[in-house]
Amino acid sequence: MQYKSQAVAKLYFIAAIALFAGQVLFGLIMGLQYVVGDFLFPAIPFNVARMVHTNLLIVWLLFGFMGGAYYLIPEESETELYSPKLAVALFWIFLVAGALTIVGYLAVPYATLAKITGNDLLETMGREFLEQPLPTKLGIVVVALAFLFNITMTVLKGKKTSISTVLLLGLWGLAVFFLFSFYNPANLVKDKFYWWWVVHLWVEGVWELILGSLLAFVLIKVTGVDREVIEKWLYVIVTLTLVTGIIGTGHHYYWIGTPEYWQWWGSVFSALEPIPFFAMTVFAFNMVNRRRREHPNNAATLWALGTGVMAFLGAGVWGFLHTLAPVNYYTHGTQITAAHGHMAFYGAYAMVVLTMISYAMPVMRGRAANSNRAQVIEMWSFWLMTIAMVFITLFLTAAGILQVWLQRFSSTPISFMQAQDQISLFYWLREGTGVVFLIGLILYIVSFFVGGDEKPAQA
Amino acid sequence: MSGTFTKSMARNIFYGGTVFFFLLFLALSFDTNSALPARDNRANLTPAVEAGKKIWETRNCIGCHTLLGEGAYFAPELGNVYTRRGGDFIKAWIKSQPTGAPGRRQMPQFNLTDKELDDLVAFLKYASEINSAKWPPNVEG
Repeated sequence: MQYKSQAVAKLYFIAAIALFAGQVLFGLIMGLQYVVGDFLFPAIPFNVARMVHTNLLIVWLLFGFMGGAYYLIPEESETELYSPKLAVALFWIFLVAGALTIVGYLAVPYATLAKITGNDLLETMGREFLEQPLPTKLGIVVVALAFLFNITMTVLKGKKTSISTVLLLGLWGLAVFFLFSFYNPANLVKDKFYWWWVVHLWVEGVWELILGSLLAFVLIKVTGVDREVIEKWLYVIVTLTLVTGIIGTGHHYYWIGTPEYWQWWGSVFSALEPIPFFAMTVFAFNMVNRRRREHPNNAATLWALGTGVMAFLGAGVWGFLHTLAPVNYYTHGTQITAAHGHMAFYGAYAMVVLTMISYAMPVMRGRAANSNRAQVIEMWSFWLMTIAMVFITLFLTAAGILQVWLQRFSSTPISFMQAQDQISLFYWLREGTGVVFLIGLILYIVSFFVGGDEKPAQA
Repeated sequence: MSGTFTKSMARNIFYGGTVFFFLLFLALSFDTNSALPARDNRANLTPAVEAGKKIWETRNCIGCHTLLGEGAYFAPELGNVYTRRGGDFIKAWIKSQPTGAPGRRQMPQFNLTDKELDDLVAFLKYASEINSAKWPPNVEG
Protein backbone atom coordinates (compact mmCIF):
# COMPACT_ATOMS: atom_id res chain seq x y z
CA MET A 1 0.00 0.00 0.00
CA GLN A 2 1.51 3.30 -1.07
CA TYR A 3 -0.42 5.57 1.30
CA LYS A 4 -1.42 4.74 4.87
CA SER A 5 -4.82 6.40 4.61
CA GLN A 6 -5.90 4.03 1.83
CA ALA A 7 -6.51 1.51 4.60
CA VAL A 8 -9.90 3.06 5.45
CA ALA A 9 -11.19 1.29 2.34
CA LYS A 10 -10.94 -2.03 4.19
CA LEU A 11 -13.83 -1.16 6.51
CA TYR A 12 -15.99 -0.20 3.56
CA PHE A 13 -15.19 -3.40 1.67
CA ILE A 14 -15.95 -5.64 4.64
CA ALA A 15 -19.32 -3.95 5.14
CA ALA A 16 -20.05 -4.21 1.42
CA ILE A 17 -19.48 -7.96 1.42
CA ALA A 18 -21.60 -8.48 4.56
CA LEU A 19 -24.49 -6.50 3.10
CA PHE A 20 -24.11 -8.36 -0.22
CA ALA A 21 -24.64 -11.61 1.71
CA GLY A 22 -27.79 -10.11 3.27
CA GLN A 23 -29.05 -9.08 -0.16
CA VAL A 24 -28.63 -12.61 -1.52
CA LEU A 25 -30.40 -14.19 1.47
CA PHE A 26 -33.42 -11.94 0.98
CA GLY A 27 -33.29 -12.68 -2.74
CA LEU A 28 -33.64 -16.38 -1.93
CA ILE A 29 -36.60 -15.64 0.37
CA MET A 30 -38.34 -13.73 -2.42
CA GLY A 31 -37.50 -16.39 -4.98
CA LEU A 32 -39.21 -18.96 -2.79
CA GLN A 33 -42.21 -16.70 -2.23
CA TYR A 34 -42.68 -16.67 -6.00
CA VAL A 35 -43.57 -20.36 -5.84
CA VAL A 36 -44.54 -20.93 -2.19
CA GLY A 37 -46.62 -17.79 -1.89
CA ASP A 38 -47.22 -17.89 1.86
CA PHE A 39 -43.58 -18.59 2.83
CA LEU A 40 -42.76 -16.42 5.89
CA PHE A 41 -46.09 -14.62 5.57
CA PRO A 42 -47.08 -12.47 7.43
CA ALA A 43 -43.71 -12.08 9.20
CA ILE A 44 -41.88 -10.97 6.05
CA PRO A 45 -44.32 -10.11 3.24
CA PHE A 46 -42.87 -10.03 -0.27
CA ASN A 47 -42.85 -6.23 -0.46
CA VAL A 48 -40.71 -6.01 2.68
CA ALA A 49 -38.28 -8.67 1.46
CA ARG A 50 -37.97 -6.87 -1.86
CA MET A 51 -37.32 -3.53 -0.22
CA VAL A 52 -34.57 -5.13 1.87
CA HIS A 53 -33.16 -6.93 -1.20
CA THR A 54 -32.97 -3.85 -3.42
CA ASN A 55 -31.99 -1.37 -0.70
CA LEU A 56 -29.18 -3.64 0.50
CA LEU A 57 -27.96 -3.81 -3.09
CA ILE A 58 -27.85 -0.03 -3.38
CA VAL A 59 -26.18 0.39 0.01
CA TRP A 60 -23.52 -2.27 -0.51
CA LEU A 61 -22.66 -0.88 -3.92
CA LEU A 62 -22.38 2.59 -2.37
CA PHE A 63 -20.07 1.16 0.29
CA GLY A 64 -18.08 -0.47 -2.50
CA PHE A 65 -17.87 2.76 -4.53
CA MET A 66 -16.84 4.77 -1.47
CA GLY A 67 -14.28 2.17 -0.42
CA GLY A 68 -13.01 2.04 -3.98
CA ALA A 69 -12.68 5.82 -4.06
CA TYR A 70 -10.85 5.96 -0.72
CA TYR A 71 -8.38 3.37 -2.01
CA LEU A 72 -7.99 4.81 -5.50
CA ILE A 73 -7.89 8.55 -4.89
CA PRO A 74 -4.78 8.74 -2.64
CA GLU A 75 -2.83 6.51 -5.03
CA GLU A 76 -3.89 8.47 -8.11
CA SER A 77 -3.38 11.83 -6.38
CA GLU A 78 -0.10 10.68 -4.84
CA THR A 79 -1.00 12.11 -1.46
CA GLU A 80 -2.64 10.97 1.77
CA LEU A 81 -6.39 11.29 2.11
CA TYR A 82 -7.50 14.77 3.22
CA SER A 83 -9.10 13.35 6.37
CA PRO A 84 -8.94 9.63 7.16
CA LYS A 85 -10.80 10.33 10.43
CA LEU A 86 -13.76 11.79 8.57
CA ALA A 87 -13.77 8.72 6.32
CA VAL A 88 -13.94 6.41 9.35
CA ALA A 89 -16.63 8.49 11.05
CA LEU A 90 -18.74 8.54 7.88
CA PHE A 91 -18.40 4.80 7.61
CA TRP A 92 -19.97 4.22 11.01
CA ILE A 93 -22.68 6.83 10.45
CA PHE A 94 -23.64 5.26 7.12
CA LEU A 95 -23.51 1.73 8.48
CA VAL A 96 -25.67 2.52 11.53
CA ALA A 97 -28.16 4.55 9.44
CA GLY A 98 -28.36 1.74 6.90
CA ALA A 99 -28.81 -0.93 9.56
CA LEU A 100 -31.52 1.08 11.36
CA THR A 101 -33.36 1.54 8.07
CA ILE A 102 -33.34 -2.20 7.35
CA VAL A 103 -34.45 -2.95 10.94
CA GLY A 104 -37.22 -0.40 10.46
CA TYR A 105 -38.42 -2.16 7.30
CA LEU A 106 -38.47 -5.52 9.07
CA ALA A 107 -39.72 -4.52 12.52
CA VAL A 108 -42.68 -2.19 11.94
CA PRO A 109 -45.36 -1.90 9.26
CA TYR A 110 -44.26 0.45 6.49
CA ALA A 111 -47.13 2.87 7.18
CA THR A 112 -46.02 3.13 10.82
CA LEU A 113 -42.43 3.65 9.74
CA ALA A 114 -43.59 6.45 7.44
CA LYS A 115 -45.51 8.09 10.28
CA ILE A 116 -42.76 7.96 12.90
CA THR A 117 -40.01 9.11 10.55
CA GLY A 118 -41.78 12.26 9.38
CA ASN A 119 -43.01 11.26 5.94
CA ASP A 120 -45.89 13.72 6.51
CA LEU A 121 -43.39 16.59 6.49
CA LEU A 122 -42.11 15.69 3.04
CA GLU A 123 -43.66 12.71 1.29
CA THR A 124 -40.85 10.84 -0.40
CA MET A 125 -41.46 7.22 0.64
CA GLY A 126 -43.15 4.30 -1.07
CA ARG A 127 -41.55 4.67 -4.47
CA GLU A 128 -39.53 1.81 -5.92
CA PHE A 129 -35.87 1.85 -4.74
CA LEU A 130 -36.49 5.17 -2.95
CA GLU A 131 -38.41 3.61 -0.05
CA GLN A 132 -36.01 5.01 2.57
CA PRO A 133 -37.52 7.12 5.35
CA LEU A 134 -36.83 10.86 5.21
CA PRO A 135 -34.05 10.79 7.88
CA THR A 136 -32.24 8.08 5.90
CA LYS A 137 -32.53 10.06 2.67
CA LEU A 138 -31.18 13.16 4.41
CA GLY A 139 -28.43 11.02 5.95
CA ILE A 140 -27.43 9.76 2.50
CA VAL A 141 -27.12 13.37 1.32
CA VAL A 142 -25.03 14.39 4.33
CA VAL A 143 -22.74 11.35 4.09
CA ALA A 144 -22.39 11.77 0.33
CA LEU A 145 -21.49 15.46 0.62
CA ALA A 146 -18.97 14.91 3.43
CA PHE A 147 -17.45 12.00 1.48
CA LEU A 148 -17.23 14.12 -1.68
CA PHE A 149 -15.65 16.95 0.30
CA ASN A 150 -13.03 14.53 1.63
CA ILE A 151 -12.02 13.04 -1.71
CA THR A 152 -12.33 16.29 -3.66
CA MET A 153 -9.98 18.00 -1.21
CA THR A 154 -7.58 15.10 -1.62
CA VAL A 155 -7.58 15.44 -5.39
CA LEU A 156 -7.20 19.22 -5.16
CA LYS A 157 -4.11 18.98 -2.97
CA GLY A 158 -2.55 16.25 -5.11
CA LYS A 159 -2.08 15.16 -8.69
CA LYS A 160 -5.11 15.29 -10.97
CA THR A 161 -5.39 12.30 -13.28
CA SER A 162 -8.07 11.46 -15.82
CA ILE A 163 -9.13 8.46 -13.75
CA SER A 164 -9.70 10.51 -10.61
CA THR A 165 -11.47 13.23 -12.62
CA VAL A 166 -13.92 10.77 -14.17
CA LEU A 167 -14.46 9.11 -10.79
CA LEU A 168 -15.18 12.47 -9.15
CA LEU A 169 -17.61 13.42 -11.92
CA GLY A 170 -19.43 10.12 -11.42
CA LEU A 171 -19.62 10.49 -7.66
CA TRP A 172 -20.74 14.14 -7.79
CA GLY A 173 -23.36 13.16 -10.35
CA LEU A 174 -24.53 10.41 -8.02
CA ALA A 175 -25.06 12.93 -5.21
CA VAL A 176 -26.68 15.58 -7.40
CA PHE A 177 -29.19 13.28 -9.10
CA PHE A 178 -30.15 11.73 -5.77
CA LEU A 179 -31.66 15.10 -4.87
CA PHE A 180 -34.55 14.33 -7.23
CA SER A 181 -35.63 11.66 -4.74
CA PHE A 182 -37.02 14.51 -2.63
CA TYR A 183 -39.33 15.63 -5.43
CA ASN A 184 -42.56 13.68 -5.32
CA PRO A 185 -45.46 15.61 -6.87
CA ALA A 186 -49.04 14.34 -6.59
CA ASN A 187 -49.13 14.25 -10.40
CA LEU A 188 -48.19 10.60 -11.03
CA VAL A 189 -46.72 11.26 -14.48
CA LYS A 190 -44.38 13.96 -13.17
CA ASP A 191 -43.52 11.78 -10.18
CA LYS A 192 -42.47 8.97 -12.51
CA PHE A 193 -40.74 11.31 -14.96
CA TYR A 194 -38.34 12.70 -12.33
CA TRP A 195 -38.03 9.41 -10.43
CA TRP A 196 -36.06 8.21 -13.47
CA TRP A 197 -33.70 11.16 -13.07
CA VAL A 198 -32.46 9.35 -10.00
CA VAL A 199 -32.77 5.75 -11.14
CA HIS A 200 -31.83 5.87 -14.82
CA LEU A 201 -29.31 8.71 -14.65
CA TRP A 202 -27.63 6.76 -11.86
CA VAL A 203 -27.35 3.30 -13.34
CA GLU A 204 -27.19 4.15 -17.03
CA GLY A 205 -25.35 7.40 -16.51
CA VAL A 206 -23.08 8.55 -13.72
CA TRP A 207 -22.56 5.12 -12.12
CA GLU A 208 -20.96 4.01 -15.38
CA LEU A 209 -18.35 6.74 -14.89
CA ILE A 210 -17.55 5.21 -11.50
CA LEU A 211 -17.50 1.75 -13.09
CA GLY A 212 -15.19 2.87 -15.89
CA SER A 213 -12.70 4.60 -13.62
CA LEU A 214 -12.49 1.75 -11.08
CA LEU A 215 -11.96 -0.72 -13.91
CA ALA A 216 -9.33 1.50 -15.58
CA PHE A 217 -7.47 1.83 -12.28
CA VAL A 218 -7.32 -1.93 -11.68
CA LEU A 219 -6.30 -2.55 -15.31
CA ILE A 220 -3.37 -0.13 -15.02
CA LYS A 221 -2.27 -1.95 -11.88
CA VAL A 222 -2.56 -5.52 -13.09
CA THR A 223 -1.44 -5.05 -16.70
CA GLY A 224 1.15 -2.30 -16.45
CA VAL A 225 -0.12 -0.85 -19.73
CA ASP A 226 0.72 2.81 -20.30
CA ARG A 227 -1.63 5.17 -18.46
CA GLU A 228 -2.06 7.35 -21.57
CA VAL A 229 -3.56 4.42 -23.48
CA ILE A 230 -5.89 3.35 -20.68
CA GLU A 231 -7.11 6.86 -19.95
CA LYS A 232 -7.82 7.50 -23.61
CA TRP A 233 -9.97 4.38 -23.63
CA LEU A 234 -11.69 5.54 -20.47
CA TYR A 235 -12.68 8.85 -22.06
CA VAL A 236 -13.97 7.11 -25.17
CA ILE A 237 -16.06 4.70 -23.08
CA VAL A 238 -17.60 7.35 -20.84
CA THR A 239 -18.31 9.53 -23.87
CA LEU A 240 -20.23 6.70 -25.52
CA THR A 241 -22.00 6.05 -22.20
CA LEU A 242 -23.35 9.55 -21.72
CA VAL A 243 -24.01 10.30 -25.39
CA THR A 244 -26.28 7.24 -25.60
CA GLY A 245 -27.44 6.99 -21.99
CA ILE A 246 -28.76 10.47 -21.26
CA ILE A 247 -31.30 10.57 -24.09
CA GLY A 248 -31.62 6.80 -23.55
CA THR A 249 -33.66 7.74 -20.47
CA GLY A 250 -36.42 8.00 -23.04
CA HIS A 251 -36.87 4.21 -23.04
CA HIS A 252 -38.64 4.69 -19.70
CA TYR A 253 -40.97 7.33 -21.11
CA TYR A 254 -42.96 5.14 -23.51
CA TRP A 255 -46.02 4.24 -21.41
CA ILE A 256 -46.15 6.52 -18.37
CA GLY A 257 -48.18 9.36 -19.84
CA THR A 258 -45.29 11.20 -21.53
CA PRO A 259 -45.49 12.24 -25.21
CA GLU A 260 -45.13 9.51 -27.82
CA TYR A 261 -42.08 11.04 -29.49
CA TRP A 262 -40.09 9.45 -26.62
CA GLN A 263 -40.70 6.11 -28.35
CA TRP A 264 -38.38 7.33 -31.11
CA TRP A 265 -35.79 9.10 -28.97
CA GLY A 266 -35.74 6.27 -26.45
CA SER A 267 -35.54 3.47 -29.01
CA VAL A 268 -32.81 5.03 -31.15
CA PHE A 269 -30.53 6.15 -28.33
CA SER A 270 -30.97 3.20 -26.03
CA ALA A 271 -30.36 0.84 -28.96
CA LEU A 272 -26.88 2.40 -28.95
CA GLU A 273 -26.37 1.87 -25.21
CA PRO A 274 -24.70 -1.57 -25.68
CA ILE A 275 -21.83 0.13 -27.58
CA PRO A 276 -20.02 1.55 -24.53
CA PHE A 277 -20.34 -1.83 -22.79
CA PHE A 278 -18.94 -3.57 -25.84
CA ALA A 279 -16.08 -1.08 -25.87
CA MET A 280 -15.48 -1.86 -22.21
CA THR A 281 -15.15 -5.58 -22.94
CA VAL A 282 -12.79 -5.00 -25.85
CA PHE A 283 -10.84 -2.58 -23.66
CA ALA A 284 -10.43 -5.04 -20.78
CA PHE A 285 -9.31 -7.93 -23.02
CA ASN A 286 -7.07 -5.68 -25.09
CA MET A 287 -5.27 -4.32 -22.06
CA VAL A 288 -4.78 -7.75 -20.52
CA ASN A 289 -3.43 -9.10 -23.84
CA ARG A 290 -1.01 -6.19 -24.10
CA ARG A 291 0.11 -6.51 -20.49
CA ARG A 292 3.65 -5.52 -19.62
CA ARG A 293 3.86 -7.37 -16.35
CA GLU A 294 2.66 -10.65 -14.88
CA HIS A 295 0.82 -9.48 -11.79
CA PRO A 296 0.51 -12.32 -9.27
CA ASN A 297 -3.16 -11.49 -8.56
CA ASN A 298 -4.85 -13.58 -11.24
CA ALA A 299 -8.19 -13.43 -9.45
CA ALA A 300 -8.38 -9.64 -9.81
CA THR A 301 -7.63 -9.91 -13.54
CA LEU A 302 -10.38 -12.50 -13.89
CA TRP A 303 -12.89 -10.22 -12.13
CA ALA A 304 -11.86 -7.30 -14.36
CA LEU A 305 -12.37 -9.33 -17.55
CA GLY A 306 -15.62 -10.74 -16.15
CA THR A 307 -16.95 -7.27 -15.44
CA GLY A 308 -16.50 -6.29 -19.08
CA VAL A 309 -18.19 -9.40 -20.44
CA MET A 310 -21.05 -9.58 -17.95
CA ALA A 311 -21.79 -5.86 -18.08
CA PHE A 312 -22.00 -6.15 -21.86
CA LEU A 313 -24.31 -9.17 -21.67
CA GLY A 314 -26.50 -7.95 -18.80
CA ALA A 315 -26.72 -4.24 -19.44
CA GLY A 316 -25.97 -4.27 -23.16
CA VAL A 317 -27.53 -7.36 -24.73
CA TRP A 318 -30.34 -7.94 -22.22
CA GLY A 319 -31.07 -4.24 -22.19
CA PHE A 320 -31.31 -4.13 -25.98
CA LEU A 321 -33.57 -7.19 -25.95
CA HIS A 322 -36.54 -5.17 -24.67
CA THR A 323 -35.60 -1.55 -25.29
CA LEU A 324 -37.23 -0.95 -28.67
CA ALA A 325 -40.68 0.55 -28.14
CA PRO A 326 -42.64 -2.03 -30.20
CA VAL A 327 -41.02 -4.85 -28.21
CA ASN A 328 -41.26 -3.02 -24.90
CA TYR A 329 -44.99 -2.56 -25.47
CA TYR A 330 -45.31 -6.27 -24.68
CA THR A 331 -42.41 -6.81 -22.27
CA HIS A 332 -42.74 -3.69 -20.08
CA GLY A 333 -42.98 -4.66 -16.40
CA THR A 334 -42.62 -8.42 -16.89
CA GLN A 335 -40.03 -10.97 -15.83
CA ILE A 336 -37.97 -9.80 -18.85
CA THR A 337 -37.32 -6.63 -16.90
CA ALA A 338 -36.34 -8.68 -13.84
CA ALA A 339 -33.97 -10.81 -15.96
CA HIS A 340 -32.22 -7.73 -17.33
CA GLY A 341 -32.06 -6.08 -13.90
CA HIS A 342 -30.35 -9.06 -12.31
CA MET A 343 -27.60 -9.59 -14.85
CA ALA A 344 -26.98 -5.89 -15.44
CA PHE A 345 -26.54 -5.05 -11.76
CA TYR A 346 -24.38 -8.09 -11.14
CA GLY A 347 -22.32 -7.74 -14.30
CA ALA A 348 -21.72 -4.03 -14.16
CA TYR A 349 -21.79 -2.93 -10.54
CA ALA A 350 -21.47 -5.94 -8.25
CA MET A 351 -18.58 -7.26 -10.34
CA VAL A 352 -16.66 -3.99 -10.57
CA VAL A 353 -16.82 -3.62 -6.79
CA LEU A 354 -15.64 -7.23 -6.42
CA THR A 355 -12.85 -6.46 -8.92
CA MET A 356 -11.72 -3.53 -6.82
CA ILE A 357 -11.93 -5.57 -3.61
CA SER A 358 -10.05 -8.45 -5.22
CA TYR A 359 -7.20 -6.16 -6.23
CA ALA A 360 -7.05 -3.89 -3.18
CA MET A 361 -7.81 -6.19 -0.27
CA PRO A 362 -4.59 -8.29 -0.51
CA VAL A 363 -2.55 -5.07 -0.77
CA MET A 364 -4.21 -3.67 2.33
CA ARG A 365 -3.43 -6.94 4.07
CA GLY A 366 0.25 -6.45 3.28
CA ARG A 367 0.80 -8.58 0.19
CA ALA A 368 0.65 -8.18 -3.58
CA ALA A 369 -1.70 -11.12 -3.94
CA ASN A 370 -3.27 -13.91 -1.95
CA SER A 371 -1.89 -17.45 -1.92
CA ASN A 372 -2.61 -19.69 -4.86
CA ARG A 373 -5.04 -21.69 -2.75
CA ALA A 374 -7.01 -18.61 -1.78
CA GLN A 375 -7.02 -17.39 -5.38
CA VAL A 376 -8.27 -20.73 -6.67
CA ILE A 377 -11.17 -20.60 -4.22
CA GLU A 378 -11.90 -17.00 -5.19
CA MET A 379 -11.91 -17.99 -8.86
CA TRP A 380 -14.27 -20.86 -8.11
CA SER A 381 -16.57 -18.36 -6.46
CA PHE A 382 -16.28 -16.14 -9.53
CA TRP A 383 -17.41 -18.95 -11.83
CA LEU A 384 -20.15 -20.22 -9.53
CA MET A 385 -21.70 -16.81 -8.99
CA THR A 386 -21.31 -15.72 -12.59
CA ILE A 387 -22.66 -18.89 -14.16
CA ALA A 388 -25.49 -18.98 -11.61
CA MET A 389 -26.38 -15.41 -12.57
CA VAL A 390 -26.37 -16.34 -16.26
CA PHE A 391 -28.85 -19.12 -15.55
CA ILE A 392 -31.00 -16.97 -13.24
CA THR A 393 -31.21 -14.55 -16.16
CA LEU A 394 -32.00 -17.26 -18.70
CA PHE A 395 -34.75 -18.77 -16.52
CA LEU A 396 -36.31 -15.37 -15.84
CA THR A 397 -36.13 -14.60 -19.56
CA ALA A 398 -37.93 -17.85 -20.36
CA ALA A 399 -40.51 -17.04 -17.68
CA GLY A 400 -40.88 -13.55 -19.14
CA ILE A 401 -41.36 -14.73 -22.72
CA LEU A 402 -44.07 -17.16 -21.61
CA GLN A 403 -45.68 -14.51 -19.44
CA VAL A 404 -45.82 -12.10 -22.37
CA TRP A 405 -47.23 -14.80 -24.61
CA LEU A 406 -49.92 -15.97 -22.19
CA GLN A 407 -50.97 -12.66 -20.71
CA ARG A 408 -50.35 -10.08 -23.41
CA PHE A 409 -49.70 -11.46 -26.88
CA SER A 410 -52.25 -14.25 -27.09
CA SER A 411 -55.64 -13.67 -28.73
CA THR A 412 -57.18 -15.13 -25.56
CA PRO A 413 -55.10 -13.52 -22.80
CA ILE A 414 -55.22 -15.06 -19.33
CA SER A 415 -54.95 -13.17 -16.03
CA PHE A 416 -51.70 -12.31 -14.28
CA MET A 417 -51.99 -14.97 -11.56
CA GLN A 418 -53.07 -17.68 -14.01
CA ALA A 419 -50.01 -16.89 -16.11
CA GLN A 420 -47.79 -16.98 -13.02
CA ASP A 421 -49.03 -20.48 -12.21
CA GLN A 422 -48.21 -21.64 -15.73
CA ILE A 423 -44.59 -20.50 -15.52
CA SER A 424 -43.79 -21.65 -11.98
CA LEU A 425 -41.34 -24.29 -13.24
CA PHE A 426 -38.98 -21.51 -14.28
CA TYR A 427 -39.28 -19.86 -10.87
CA TRP A 428 -38.25 -23.14 -9.24
CA LEU A 429 -35.25 -23.38 -11.57
CA ARG A 430 -34.35 -19.79 -10.76
CA GLU A 431 -34.50 -20.53 -7.05
CA GLY A 432 -32.23 -23.55 -7.53
CA THR A 433 -29.62 -21.48 -9.35
CA GLY A 434 -30.03 -18.87 -6.62
CA VAL A 435 -28.79 -21.49 -4.16
CA VAL A 436 -25.76 -22.08 -6.41
CA PHE A 437 -25.13 -18.34 -6.33
CA LEU A 438 -25.21 -18.45 -2.52
CA ILE A 439 -22.68 -21.31 -2.49
CA GLY A 440 -20.46 -19.19 -4.73
CA LEU A 441 -20.81 -16.27 -2.33
CA ILE A 442 -19.94 -18.47 0.68
CA LEU A 443 -16.81 -19.66 -1.14
CA TYR A 444 -15.98 -16.05 -1.91
CA ILE A 445 -16.11 -15.17 1.79
CA VAL A 446 -14.14 -18.33 2.67
CA SER A 447 -11.37 -17.28 0.26
CA PHE A 448 -10.50 -14.38 2.59
CA PHE A 449 -9.63 -16.80 5.38
CA VAL A 450 -7.48 -19.23 3.38
CA GLY A 451 -3.75 -18.85 4.01
CA GLY A 452 -0.75 -20.33 2.18
CA ASP A 453 2.18 -18.91 0.25
CA GLU A 454 1.12 -15.27 -0.01
CA LYS A 455 2.87 -13.20 -2.64
CA PRO A 456 5.08 -10.54 -1.03
CA ALA A 457 4.20 -6.90 -1.48
CA GLN A 458 5.87 -5.22 -4.41
CA ALA A 459 8.28 -2.36 -3.99
CA MET B 1 -6.82 4.24 -31.28
CA SER B 2 -4.05 5.41 -33.60
CA GLY B 3 -1.37 7.86 -32.58
CA THR B 4 -3.21 10.84 -34.04
CA PHE B 5 -6.17 10.42 -31.72
CA THR B 6 -4.83 11.78 -28.44
CA LYS B 7 -6.13 11.60 -24.90
CA SER B 8 -6.90 15.31 -24.85
CA MET B 9 -9.03 14.94 -27.98
CA ALA B 10 -10.92 12.10 -26.28
CA ARG B 11 -11.38 14.26 -23.20
CA ASN B 12 -12.72 17.20 -25.20
CA ILE B 13 -15.18 14.99 -27.05
CA PHE B 14 -16.31 13.63 -23.66
CA TYR B 15 -17.05 17.06 -22.21
CA GLY B 16 -18.53 18.42 -25.41
CA GLY B 17 -20.69 15.38 -26.07
CA THR B 18 -21.95 15.20 -22.50
CA VAL B 19 -22.89 18.88 -22.34
CA PHE B 20 -24.59 18.76 -25.73
CA PHE B 21 -26.69 15.69 -25.00
CA PHE B 22 -27.56 16.83 -21.50
CA LEU B 23 -28.83 20.14 -22.89
CA LEU B 24 -30.80 18.24 -25.53
CA PHE B 25 -32.30 16.12 -22.75
CA LEU B 26 -33.25 19.26 -20.83
CA ALA B 27 -34.89 20.72 -23.94
CA LEU B 28 -36.90 17.52 -24.51
CA SER B 29 -37.89 17.47 -20.84
CA PHE B 30 -39.04 21.07 -21.08
CA ASP B 31 -41.14 20.22 -24.12
CA THR B 32 -42.56 17.18 -22.34
CA ASN B 33 -43.62 19.31 -19.41
CA SER B 34 -45.54 21.62 -21.71
CA ALA B 35 -47.19 18.65 -23.44
CA LEU B 36 -48.20 16.91 -20.21
CA PRO B 37 -51.43 18.80 -19.37
CA ALA B 38 -53.10 17.18 -22.38
CA ARG B 39 -52.06 13.67 -21.30
CA ASP B 40 -51.55 13.33 -17.55
CA ASN B 41 -55.20 13.66 -16.43
CA ARG B 42 -54.32 16.54 -14.10
CA ALA B 43 -57.86 17.89 -14.35
CA ASN B 44 -58.96 15.00 -12.14
CA LEU B 45 -56.18 15.41 -9.60
CA THR B 46 -58.58 15.94 -6.66
CA PRO B 47 -57.71 16.00 -2.93
CA ALA B 48 -59.11 12.43 -2.75
CA VAL B 49 -56.67 11.32 -5.47
CA GLU B 50 -53.79 12.97 -3.65
CA ALA B 51 -54.79 11.25 -0.41
CA GLY B 52 -55.09 7.97 -2.32
CA LYS B 53 -51.60 8.35 -3.73
CA LYS B 54 -50.34 8.74 -0.19
CA ILE B 55 -52.11 5.53 0.85
CA TRP B 56 -50.56 3.82 -2.18
CA GLU B 57 -47.10 5.01 -1.14
CA THR B 58 -47.24 4.46 2.61
CA ARG B 59 -48.48 0.87 2.17
CA ASN B 60 -45.61 0.19 -0.25
CA CYS B 61 -47.97 -1.21 -2.89
CA ILE B 62 -45.15 -0.85 -5.45
CA GLY B 63 -43.23 -3.53 -3.50
CA CYS B 64 -45.42 -6.23 -5.11
CA HIS B 65 -47.46 -4.57 -7.89
CA THR B 66 -46.63 -2.58 -10.99
CA LEU B 67 -48.24 0.78 -11.75
CA LEU B 68 -48.03 1.68 -15.45
CA GLY B 69 -45.56 -1.19 -15.69
CA GLU B 70 -43.16 0.04 -13.02
CA GLY B 71 -42.64 -1.64 -9.67
CA ALA B 72 -42.35 -5.27 -8.61
CA TYR B 73 -43.53 -8.16 -10.75
CA PHE B 74 -45.00 -10.31 -7.98
CA ALA B 75 -48.61 -9.18 -8.27
CA PRO B 76 -50.88 -7.77 -10.98
CA GLU B 77 -50.55 -4.45 -12.82
CA LEU B 78 -52.76 -1.84 -11.13
CA GLY B 79 -52.56 1.08 -13.58
CA ASN B 80 -55.66 -0.29 -15.27
CA VAL B 81 -57.18 -2.25 -12.36
CA TYR B 82 -60.04 0.24 -12.15
CA THR B 83 -60.97 -0.61 -15.74
CA ARG B 84 -60.45 -4.34 -15.17
CA ARG B 85 -62.32 -4.73 -11.88
CA GLY B 86 -64.15 -1.55 -10.93
CA GLY B 87 -64.11 0.33 -7.61
CA ASP B 88 -66.38 -1.93 -5.55
CA PHE B 89 -64.39 -5.05 -6.39
CA ILE B 90 -61.11 -3.30 -5.49
CA LYS B 91 -62.45 -2.30 -2.07
CA ALA B 92 -63.91 -5.72 -1.32
CA TRP B 93 -60.68 -7.38 -2.41
CA ILE B 94 -58.46 -5.22 -0.19
CA LYS B 95 -60.80 -5.77 2.79
CA SER B 96 -60.76 -9.55 2.41
CA GLN B 97 -56.96 -9.97 2.42
CA PRO B 98 -55.07 -12.13 3.14
CA THR B 99 -56.86 -15.07 1.57
CA GLY B 100 -54.83 -17.54 3.62
CA ALA B 101 -55.06 -20.10 0.81
CA PRO B 102 -52.16 -22.50 1.46
CA GLY B 103 -49.16 -22.00 -0.80
CA ARG B 104 -50.70 -19.02 -2.59
CA ARG B 105 -49.17 -15.54 -2.73
CA GLN B 106 -50.57 -13.45 0.10
CA MET B 107 -51.44 -9.77 0.29
CA PRO B 108 -51.29 -8.18 3.77
CA GLN B 109 -54.34 -6.75 5.55
CA PHE B 110 -53.86 -2.99 5.75
CA ASN B 111 -56.94 -2.17 7.91
CA LEU B 112 -57.91 0.79 5.73
CA THR B 113 -60.93 2.89 6.72
CA ASP B 114 -63.82 3.37 4.28
CA LYS B 115 -62.53 6.85 3.47
CA GLU B 116 -59.02 5.55 2.83
CA LEU B 117 -60.42 2.86 0.54
CA ASP B 118 -62.41 5.48 -1.38
CA ASP B 119 -59.31 7.66 -1.73
CA LEU B 120 -57.26 4.74 -2.98
CA VAL B 121 -59.91 3.87 -5.55
CA ALA B 122 -60.00 7.53 -6.63
CA PHE B 123 -56.23 7.39 -7.16
CA LEU B 124 -56.45 4.16 -9.17
CA LYS B 125 -59.26 5.62 -11.28
CA TYR B 126 -57.16 8.73 -11.96
CA ALA B 127 -54.17 6.52 -12.87
CA SER B 128 -56.28 4.49 -15.30
CA GLU B 129 -57.25 7.68 -17.16
CA ILE B 130 -53.68 8.81 -17.86
CA ASN B 131 -52.89 8.64 -21.58
CA SER B 132 -50.36 5.79 -21.56
CA ALA B 133 -50.09 5.41 -25.35
CA LYS B 134 -52.53 2.45 -25.39
CA TRP B 135 -50.46 0.46 -22.88
CA PRO B 136 -51.10 -2.19 -21.53
CA PRO B 137 -51.89 -4.31 -24.61
CA ASN B 138 -55.07 -5.73 -23.07
CA VAL B 139 -57.16 -5.43 -19.93
CA GLU B 140 -55.22 -8.16 -18.09
CA GLY B 141 -52.35 -5.67 -17.72
